[in-house]
Formats: sequence, C-alpha cells, structure tokens
Amino acid sequence: MKKEYAFYPGCSSQLRGSASNYLTSVNSMCQTLEVKMTPIPDWNCCGASIGYAGSGELARHVMNARNFALSEKHLPGQDVVATCAACWLGAKETKQKLDASRALMEDTNEALKEAGLRYEAKTEVRHMVEVLIEDIGYEEIRKHVVKPLEGIKFAGYVGCQTNRPFGIAGESFENPMYLDKLVETVGGEALVKYEQKVACCGGALAFSEPDKSQKQIKEIVEAAYDQGADMIVTPCPLCQANVEIYQAEINRKQGTKLDMPVMYYSQLLAVAYGAAPKQAGLDGHVIQPKKLQDIAVKVVPARK
Amino acid sequence: MSAYQGDFLKEVEARVEEGEWVKMCMQCGVCAGSCPFGPHWEHSPQKIFMMIRAGKREEVLTSDAMWMCTSCYNCVVRCPRKLPITQIMHGLATYAHRLGLAPKMQPTRRFSVTFWSNLTRTGRVNELKLVLQVYFRNGFAAGLKEFWNMRRVGLRLLAAKRMNPFELVFPHRCKDAKGIQRMLAKACEIENRKRGFSQ
Ligand code: SF4
Ligand code: SF4
Repeated sequence: MKKEYAFYPGCSSQLRGSASNYLTSVNSMCQTLEVKMTPIPDWNCCGASIGYAGSGELARHVMNARNFALSEKHLPGQDVVATCAACWLGAKETKQKLDASRALMEDTNEALKEAGLRYEAKTEVRHMVEVLIEDIGYEEIRKHVVKPLEGIKFAGYVGCQTNRPFGIAGESFENPMYLDKLVETVGGEALVKYEQKVACCGGALAFSEPDKSQKQIKEIVEAAYDQGADMIVTPCPLCQANVEIYQAEINRKQGTKLDMPVMYYSQLLAVAYGAAPKQAGLDGHVIQPKKLQDIAVKVVPARK
Repeated sequence: MSAYQGDFLKEVEARVEEGEWVKMCMQCGVCAGSCPFGPHWEHSPQKIFMMIRAGKREEVLTSDAMWMCTSCYNCVVRCPRKLPITQIMHGLATYAHRLGLAPKMQPTRRFSVTFWSNLTRTGRVNELKLVLQVYFRNGFAAGLKEFWNMRRVGLRLLAAKRMNPFELVFPHRCKDAKGIQRMLAKACEIENRKRGFSQ
C-alpha cells in the first residue's frame, strides 16, 4: 500500500532552487518505494534560524505553525515530512515549543487567525530519512536495488542539523550510523572512519563569514580524501551546497586541487533503483559525480 | 531598562528568548570548546553567561560573539545543564540588534536582517535576490567586485540549473503572501506586548 505524507520541500528545493536536484532525486526514489508525497498547498518558508535578528521568536513559530495548519486542513492525518535539515529542525523546534506551552499556542493561533488558519497540534514532523529508516526500513530499501553502487567509496557527512539537537532515534550525536548503513544498503562502500562526519560546514554563515566557513569546508573535504573517498554523501541541502560549491573558491585562494563530488543520499538510492542521470538529479552538480554517472547510464539488468 | 534597576540578569530573563535559562549555567566550560568558529570569538557562550550574571550589559550586547554562532547545536547536546544555548545566543543577538547596540558592520547581523526581510515579502526565500542583496550591501562598486569574484560559482550554478535568473522577475511566492504579512505583523505586536518592547 502506498504510504502518504504531507511534503514540505522548503525554499532551497523549489524548482531551480539551489537544491532542486535534491527534490528531483527524492521524487524518483519515492516513486520506487511507493511513497506518495503531496506538497502542502501554499507552504511558506520555515523562517530558517538565520533570520533570527529580524524575526524574533513568535514570528518564527507562526511561520512553521502556518505550514502545520495548512497540512492539517488539506492533508489531514498525514505526517509532515521535510527534506531540508534546517526546515525539519525549525519545524520540530516549533512543534515542541507549542506542545509544551499553552500560552505560546494561544499567541500563535491569534496570529494565525490573520491568515484565516488554526493549528490544532495534531501534526507530526519528520525528516525524509526517518521515513526511510523507520517507516520503510533497510530491508525494503535494499529490495528495490537493481544497480548496486559497487566500487564507490562514500564519506558519509551527516553534518549538524539532522543530527543535533534532535537527531534520528537510536543514533548517537558523535557517531550516527544511519547514513553509512544507507550507503551499504544500496551496495556502496561506507568509509566509517571518516573523521568529519558530524562537523559543521559553517551553515548560513558561509555567506557572511566566508573565510571561516571555507576553513571548515576544506577540512571536511580533505578528511574525505584522507579516507580515499570517491564522493561525499549528505542528508542536508545546506551542507551539500556549501561543501560542493566552495571547493572552487578554496582552490582559487589556496592553490588546492579539491574536486570532491557531494551527493544526497536520495541520489544514491535513485541511481541504485535504476534512475537515469537526470531523474537522479545528477545533472545538478558543479563537480561531476563521475562514478555514479557511469552506473546510472548502464543499462538496467533484467530482474531475476 | 529602568524596570530592571541595573539587574542585567533580570533584564535578560524578561526580554531575551530562553533568557530564563542563563542562571542555570554552572560554568563547566563544555560549550566553550564546542563552537566551530570558536577560535575567532572573543566570548564563548560560557563567558557570555558569566558576564550576564556579572551585569556587564554593555560588553555583552556589543560583543560580536553571538553573531558567530552557526547553529551547529554542538553545545546544546553536550551541556550538562541542558541549556538551549543556541537559542540564547540568537536571542541575545536579536535583543542587541533591537536595541541598536549590535556592531553595525557585523556581516552576519546584516545577513540575518536581509534574510528575514527577503522571505517575509513573498513567504518564501528568493535565493537569487538574497545573494544579490548580500553582494550589493556595501554599494554598487563593492557589489560588482564581490560579484566578479564569485562569478564562476554563479555561472556553474546556472549551468547546473540550480539558479534561475527569472526569480528576479517572477519569484516563487506564496499565494497568500498578504495573509502571511498580516499574521507576522500580529506576531510582532504580541511579542512586543509580552516582552515589554515599545514598538
Ligand atoms: S556547557 Fe552549559 S553549563 Fe557548561 S558552561 Fe556551557 S552553558 Fe554553562
Ligand atoms: S550552536 Fe552556536 S554556540 Fe553552540 S556550539 Fe554551535 S556555534 Fe557554538
């Protein structure tokens, strides 16, 4: 039976947004796994934590609550699923806060009324990775593999916001294993000794503090080289963008030769499930994931 | 401010997001070693919390330390007292900005304000406009220079279909952008009332 969710794609995953290829690969992956993701009608930005100086506290919660309310209204009974780590974290924070405080809930609904909405506190908020691991399970994920990602070494870069402060149930903050397990489930080699697994890429400060962030990014990429990685894989669109895009800048400034592809877990699954390069969003990279492309263009072997 | 009679801790508790947690800090120092940009800060969260209790109002609110927080949540998962350190840091930064005490040229402060006004206009972030607003924040000539420095990045993103020039003219927007703006104005009004801010 199809599993159904209220999809919250977030700003970076919109058509032609900086993570639009993430969205493409998620759609492809979900099709194979028979997961139906219906975008929340007229969803708005989560208010991303970096807007804090302008937003204050209540406005941020109200932004998230509007999405919850829309989801309850149009897609009742479905969990809200975010693909962006920052959206997920922001939404989850709001949900926790509202659940814990009646006063905050009343204030939020007073503001929501201005947009003709009401939040009933029924919504659950989940990350796409939770759907994969908890609702679908590694066994089922494995079953659909037609092209195991043999011979590709992946440095699993979990980063911050899918890991802290909430994280994925049953995983540790210092060494979460789910990303490595996903890699292995689709036949790739997970470099479990990768040191920068939970390091911070600088997040939104990649913009405002480029030098400090690029120092972080350089370490994240170099540690992947140290392990002999072919590519980095991550669950976070901000990590993906920062770590991939700034390598050229670091090279220009420091004379390094960084050229490490950075992929989403969903692209790995999509390719393993037989998606063409475009369907897996492989055309959306500034550093080409050569080895993954090679597998993606191979003709799918007939299933036994 | 007079309502707090020089008691900065009380002021923080009343007016800063999660400020009531500050007194729970036991000065263990765990958070101080957790920040990715740690070496670049003048004041770690631990120091900031100590300074608040010591009443160093001016020093805290003019510090640029809070603006160096990347929201990595390293500190939060390690703090033995479970302080929501990330939110307190953001809250202090926001409060300092509101009072006009935050360092004017602090790049993250400017980014943060630009980001919020960008997203509230349509309900969604317009990445391209955001980038341009950031580059051209110091005027046209400086903007062109930064833009030129980053041109390769921009062109590659364009080629990879991860940036859309039409966003400038036909941006993604929420259908009910008006409703969102009304709702945010209301939220602002409620927060100001509850925290005792004048406007
Ligand atoms: S880790 Fe927590 S208790 Fe320790 S100094 Fe930092 S805020 Fe205070
Ligand atoms: S969340 Fe902010 S304060 Fe906490 S460790 Fe990260 S940068 Fe430091």
